[in-house]
Amino acid sequence: MLLKRIKTEGLKKEDPGIIPDMERRQFLKMGLLITGVFAGGGILSATSIVNRSFASSREFAEKYPYKPHYSMVIHQDRCIDCELCMTACVKTNNVPTYGYRTRILERDDPKAADRKREFIPVLCNQCNTPPCVLGCPTKATYKNASNGIVMMESKKCIGCKTCMAACPYNARYFNEETRAVDKCDFCFNSRLSKGEKLTACAEACPAKVRIFGDLSDTGSEVYQSVHNLEKTVWVLRPEAGAKPNVFYTKG
Amino acid sequence: MAEDVTKTAEAAIVAGGWAGVRAGVLQALQGSKGYYAALIISGMLFLAAVAAGLHAKYIGTMHAYGASREVPWGILISTYVFFVVTSTGLCLVSSIGHVFGVKDFMPIAKRSVFLSIMTIVAGFFVIAFEIENPLRMAVYNVISPNLTSNIWWMGTLYGAYLFFMAVEFTFLVMNKPRIATAMGFMGVISGIAAHSNLGAVFGMLHGREFWYGPYMPIYFIASAMMSGAATIIFFTWLAYKTNGERMDATMKRALEVTTKVGILLISTILFFTAWKFITGFVGGEGKTAALDLLLTGSYAFNFWVLEVAVGMVIPLALFIVSRGQNLKLIATASALMIFGIFFMRYDLVIVGQLVPVYYELGVNEYTQLLSYAPSAHEIVIVLGGLAFVGLTFLLGEKIFSGHKSEIH
Repeated sequence: MLLKRIKTEGLKKEDPGIIPDMERRQFLKMGLLITGVFAGGGILSATSIVNRSFASSREFAEKYPYKPHYSMVIHQDRCIDCELCMTACVKTNNVPTYGYRTRILERDDPKAADRKREFIPVLCNQCNTPPCVLGCPTKATYKNASNGIVMMESKKCIGCKTCMAACPYNARYFNEETRAVDKCDFCFNSRLSKGEKLTACAEACPAKVRIFGDLSDTGSEVYQSVHNLEKTVWVLRPEAGAKPNVFYTKG
Repeated sequence: MAEDVTKTAEAAIVAGGWAGVRAGVLQALQGSKGYYAALIISGMLFLAAVAAGLHAKYIGTMHAYGASREVPWGILISTYVFFVVTSTGLCLVSSIGHVFGVKDFMPIAKRSVFLSIMTIVAGFFVIAFEIENPLRMAVYNVISPNLTSNIWWMGTLYGAYLFFMAVEFTFLVMNKPRIATAMGFMGVISGIAAHSNLGAVFGMLHGREFWYGPYMPIYFIASAMMSGAATIIFFTWLAYKTNGERMDATMKRALEVTTKVGILLISTILFFTAWKFITGFVGGEGKTAALDLLLTGSYAFNFWVLEVAVGMVIPLALFIVSRGQNLKLIATASALMIFGIFFMRYDLVIVGQLVPVYYELGVNEYTQLLSYAPSAHEIVIVLGGLAFVGLTFLLGEKIFSGHKSEIH
């Protein structure tokens, strides 16, 4: 039951019935103490977001299939909606005015005690079981075998738009210029393949909202965030079962 | 003169082979004013659709069609579904007779096979204007197939299906029933495989709650049979009406048993639909929002009046009242069914997309459900697809002399 609550954290409007953050953290800690160190390892893997939302098995989380395994952790509460990430993305990847690869959603909560509005940046989640890749008839969209990025090979795109209908994150649009569906590729074509270490949006963000890195590197910031019991980490729409590589957290 | 040609054609058909077809072409040139008017109107509608489709490609579908990033599939996809469902259904209903040997169904078989070819070609015609790059499709479907993709399987299997049905029809015309039956069997196999894959195109989208699950492929096959029964009844009636002929006892019997198929399949789909809703309401917020759209929201008219009343309940009542004998009632019922089923496909495709993917996230951008309305371009292309079926039906009746050759 507790696990279920953590899983849906951040996905629903604030509900007074849900235990506040601090209380949950205390409870988790208490649980660890009570169960004792013997069970600690098991609890760690059971409560890590990686197992629940991201990987299909514990083995998967222990040994990432991609090297580097690119991922992004979004610190939702840091976002101030300055949209510099969106501007940088458009400029870097030649995104036309009628489309976008990333955007910032906003959610109002008039009853909240602190700020009344929060911002939720969204982009392609580079899923591990991507419905778009599953559905594409010609392999025009595919998982990059070495780094797990969901890529587009525009010349193969027939424009059936199945991937657009399939995407649980509305991350795709049809680009009239290339006559192919376009989407975020973590700036692989425009930056990473040219030796850059960060995506344009992560670099442009003045508030360090978007942390980009290699999830298979235990020393990376993304690994540290995702495998951190102190933090609540979640993904959007876990029920879609796509196992995304974009995580959300606060603080 | 016209009578002479008709007699010659019929004699040739009875003799079998392409001589009959040649005579039939001559016969097609002999028609009433109404026949010509229908030909010209449907021909012009078809050409208008070609023009609208090419124009849409030229100015960009983003500007020409009502679809959007959030609702990428519009009426062209649903019309494609409508046509291929009808085609598969015609194939299945006709196979009861000439593939599986139930004699009562045999008189409708040849017309069914002909119409199943024409409806799937109409489907391909409509979707050719929906697919952005048909040329790339021709190349990369072959050299870069994705075997996990239901769209790939569906397209490939429907290609095979069209081939088998075309060969089957050719052998039917040539009066070579054994090869025709074998081809018909292959057509049934590929048709069912293709059609369940079409259902799976929707059913495998695990990010779309309204469609996701094993329900869709099963529903698609059952609803194909329903469409097939309605279509063959209607067009058989229309053929006799336009030719001003009286049906013989075997044809009457064929329509009577097809009516029974119709009753069975309408009941099945009503049953499926009821359970879809009942189970759906214990689903997530997104799914119930979609169901609400149909039950009480902006699609309630489509659902209750067009789908349920016109498409199923009234035809079911008429079929039962007709006892399979009253041709007028049967024909009216089947026409209503075809009309209602068109909207059934439309609602299925559109409503499945109207719940935004971020609906349950509670963000300001997606507090409302999405909307879609077909554009003028799209409507003309749809009418053109329907006109194509009408046009080829009219020509087929003359060229193949009412599809009367005996099948043994």
